[in-house]
Amino acid sequence: MGLFWIPLLPLLGTVVPLLSSRFGRSFLALFTAIPPLLALLLLLQLAPSVFNGEVIYQSFDWIPLAGLSLTFRLDGLALLFALLILGIGLLVILYARYYLSAKDNMGLFYAYLILFMTAMLGIVLSGNLIQLWLFWELTSISSFLLISFWSHKSEARKGARMALTITGAGGLALLAGLLLVGKIVGSFDLSVVLASGDLLRQHAAYPVVLVLVLLGAFTKSAQFPFHFWLPHAMAAPTPVSAYLHSATMVKAGIFLMARFYPVLAGTELWFLIVSMTGLITLLLGAYVALFKHDLKGLLAYSTISHLGLITLLLGMNTQLSTVAAVFHIINHAIFKASLFMAAGIIDHESGTRDMRRLNGLWKYMPHTATLAMVAAASMAGVPLLNGFLSKEMFFAETLDQVTLGSLSWMVPVLATLGAVFSVAYSARFIHDVFFNGEPVDLPKTPHEPPRYMKVPVEILVALCLLLGIFPGVIVGPLLALASTSVLGGELPYYSLSIWHGFNLPLLMSFLAMLGGLIIYHNRRHLFRFQSQFPEPDAKLIFEWLVQRLVRLCSAIIDKLENGSLQRYVFLLLLAALVLMAGPMIDLNATLGHQSSMPVDTVSLIGALLLAAGAIATVILNRRRLVSLLTLSVVGLIVSLAFARFSAPDLALTQLSVEVVTMILLLLALFFLPQSTPKESNPRRLVRDLSLAGLIGGVIGTINYAMITRPLDSISGFFLENSKTGGGGTNVVNVILVDFRGMDTFGEVAVLGIAALGIFKLIVHMRLYMPSTDGNGLPWSPDRHPMMLAIVSQSLLPLALLVSVYIFLRGHNQPGGGFIAGLITSVAIIQQYIAHGVDWIKERLRINYQWMVASGLLIAGLTGIGSWFFGRPFLTSWFDYFSLPWVGKFELASAMVFDLGVYLTVVGATLLILANLGKLTTSHSPAAKENN
Amino acid sequence: MEPIMALAVGLLYAAAIYMMLRRSIVKLVIGLMLLSNAANLLIFASAGMTRGAPPLIPEGAMAPEGLVADPLPQALILTAIVIAFGVLAFAVVLIHRAYEVVKADDLDQMKETDT
Repeated sequence: MGLFWIPLLPLLGTVVPLLSSRFGRSFLALFTAIPPLLALLLLLQLAPSVFNGEVIYQSFDWIPLAGLSLTFRLDGLALLFALLILGIGLLVILYARYYLSAKDNMGLFYAYLILFMTAMLGIVLSGNLIQLWLFWELTSISSFLLISFWSHKSEARKGARMALTITGAGGLALLAGLLLVGKIVGSFDLSVVLASGDLLRQHAAYPVVLVLVLLGAFTKSAQFPFHFWLPHAMAAPTPVSAYLHSATMVKAGIFLMARFYPVLAGTELWFLIVSMTGLITLLLGAYVALFKHDLKGLLAYSTISHLGLITLLLGMNTQLSTVAAVFHIINHAIFKASLFMAAGIIDHESGTRDMRRLNGLWKYMPHTATLAMVAAASMAGVPLLNGFLSKEMFFAETLDQVTLGSLSWMVPVLATLGAVFSVAYSARFIHDVFFNGEPVDLPKTPHEPPRYMKVPVEILVALCLLLGIFPGVIVGPLLALASTSVLGGELPYYSLSIWHGFNLPLLMSFLAMLGGLIIYHNRRHLFRFQSQFPEPDAKLIFEWLVQRLVRLCSAIIDKLENGSLQRYVFLLLLAALVLMAGPMIDLNATLGHQSSMPVDTVSLIGALLLAAGAIATVILNRRRLVSLLTLSVVGLIVSLAFARFSAPDLALTQLSVEVVTMILLLLALFFLPQSTPKESNPRRLVRDLSLAGLIGGVIGTINYAMITRPLDSISGFFLENSKTGGGGTNVVNVILVDFRGMDTFGEVAVLGIAALGIFKLIVHMRLYMPSTDGNGLPWSPDRHPMMLAIVSQSLLPLALLVSVYIFLRGHNQPGGGFIAGLITSVAIIQQYIAHGVDWIKERLRINYQWMVASGLLIAGLTGIGSWFFGRPFLTSWFDYFSLPWVGKFELASAMVFDLGVYLTVVGATLLILANLGKLTTSHSPAAKENN
Repeated sequence: MEPIMALAVGLLYAAAIYMMLRRSIVKLVIGLMLLSNAANLLIFASAGMTRGAPPLIPEGAMAPEGLVADPLPQALILTAIVIAFGVLAFAVVLIHRAYEVVKADDLDQMKETDT
């Protein structure tokens, strides 16, 4: 079985809870637990080879060109974390079964939880930096979902938002850092990166990389000054806190530092940033934790403090301190998970978490109380428990620290001070909750929880004891293995025994115990002192900052975007002009070396007409009908220009499109107000004219420069292969239906979609016909003159014949499906104009939507047809046949494709025009409403 | 002939942009039409101008003889013409829809009807 199954199984497991919700809550929990359990078994099966010193590696190509692969990598550190994530995850699944009430959507909760588990496993097992980052972001998102699970509570929403903002922002910094690492090392592969420590540390960008990566780690691991999101994440259901704040979410940052320890650590800068941040966080968390009346609040700040401790250990740059850090990662995960679970039980069974009301619970729940007390003692660092061992190692390491020079003595003193507070808040947790008199009006009478709710706590507390008494047996090999992969080499000598004789670290432990108990005993004085300080509410400050940012952004946007289209167009064009200016100035010789074509009278007259048409359109723009006429002059001259300069296909297309467009615009203008607003502001006229003139001048210059330079294009290929490869002599048509058939297919699809969109828009439109024209005169009562009707009716067969002719010869002579389709459309529209929609409706029963669809279908099927001959989509086929009387003729699959194009064009054009035209008749919805 | 063509294209562009900067939405549409004509002509002319030699292969031959017009920009423009028609038709109907809702065809007035 492959390594990739370990994160994949939980990912697949995400749907299990959603599917099994209906089987009842216990079955739901059971089903949910199966995929992680399988993953855990798989991990245990792989573990022996990792213990043998192997690094298990599995890689799939993802985007190989960008150096991206989907790589999974299992070494000692990854194994340790994966064990914690899966093991504690399974316990949390069991615990949550009893914690969540019947009102909560348990399936959804489990799905989020498993998704989060996948993300965490993905981080620790990633063998590629970008992949690691992807899973990193996934933890931010899935933890957002978990924290905001009780989304009806405002504090849950705000807490989740804060966590996402802080960790998400850190994630972006991390991405920048990882990209830099990839750039420096030349690979995103973790194994390569881990082997390039010296390269990274000596690179000029090392400080930048370090700061960016640490920003990611510190935000995730709630290090000062980013620690404030963590207490607010306590709004989550307690199983979530037990999972996120013990073994997973916050440990991801620690994991990141440990992962990059071999390549980023070992410098002064690392020491300064990491250890100082850790020290401040350790002290701050321990101090604040004492004053929290909320049980979970106390644990939250204690978590911050312990994370600070681990960070400080990682920052101290000695091998032993790193081993101590790894050891404390394990210990903290175990005792903190059990403490959160115990706090959840207390909350669940007594209805409050306020330590001012929770007193003397020992009488009501002795079993839970015992468990919680053992775990809290471990947190305080009491001997015979696991917390004691790593704390001892920590004290020993602080004593060896010399990097701060003559100030080095401060580190052990401050560490002891942190431990003093740690003992004090642990004592408060034990004494306030379980002893200290009687409970103060609790919502419920407290009692022991259901049997199985205690099982996860029992397992974890048993681990605390076992680890504390037999450390070498239980955790020794795993600790050695994980530390080796963090250090990236040899392990230092260390002893995991409980008793090291009377020494300084033991004295520090003793002092911490004593000091902590004294402080706890005198807590009332301290509380009174602390109450003089107003407590800053991070949530309010954060929300205020976010809202200010939003207001600032919207103020800027309001300035930039005033909703005026003309302004946007103006600014866009101005920007284009500025961007063009540079290259244009460099283009000193406008005139190229191509021989020039002599001016002839016909072309000159055409150009003059074009200019006159364009200018007249601009000048007469307030008289709509006239400006449309001058506009059509422009279109006509353009199509003549196509004809004159060797583009017969274009000329035909432009000519027929021009007709359809003009009918469309005339129809359109009919419904709009007949008078146009006057452009009053002369300044604006000058401004617009200047910009238009400038752009026109620039484009004209570019055009001139291009015409007069030789052009080397790929057209030679088309000219040579048109007949031999495509079987047609009209190269333009062969390009459209054969060489670039896929483009044409997409294009007719666009036309079809536009037509369908227009149809949908028109169906519900209620436009009223104006009764008079712009001058106030009524429209002619004779709407379909007889003469027009007769002439157009007799023209119809002729027009259709022409379109068939144009279609058939398209492959070899100017013509083709496009042009034929447009000619057919014009012929039919002509009938609409002459006879009216009602008349046509009776005679021509064609559903234009179907016509568009069948056209696209035919074109698509022609393309698919080539698959049956083992060729790529739209490969064309042609051959020559001969029949008696008819003679030799050609059949090509491209013609079937062209038929599809023809049908789509006819369908789309008529769908648009006939439906717009329908608004003028009794079929119009507006007319129906009037009746 | 080239300078005249360049002038014509420049003039079409200028006219198109001037029209697009007007308040009336109908003028915007006219501007769009002018712009599509101008752009087509620009692409067409930029490939070089050829007279009397369309890209057709004479009967019996396998490839055109002598210099013929570049077929590639022609194929591009043919596509562009049809797409421009589709866009124009959609824009026109959208304008009607907007007019139906806000009862104005003046961009400045439409802006005021934002809710």
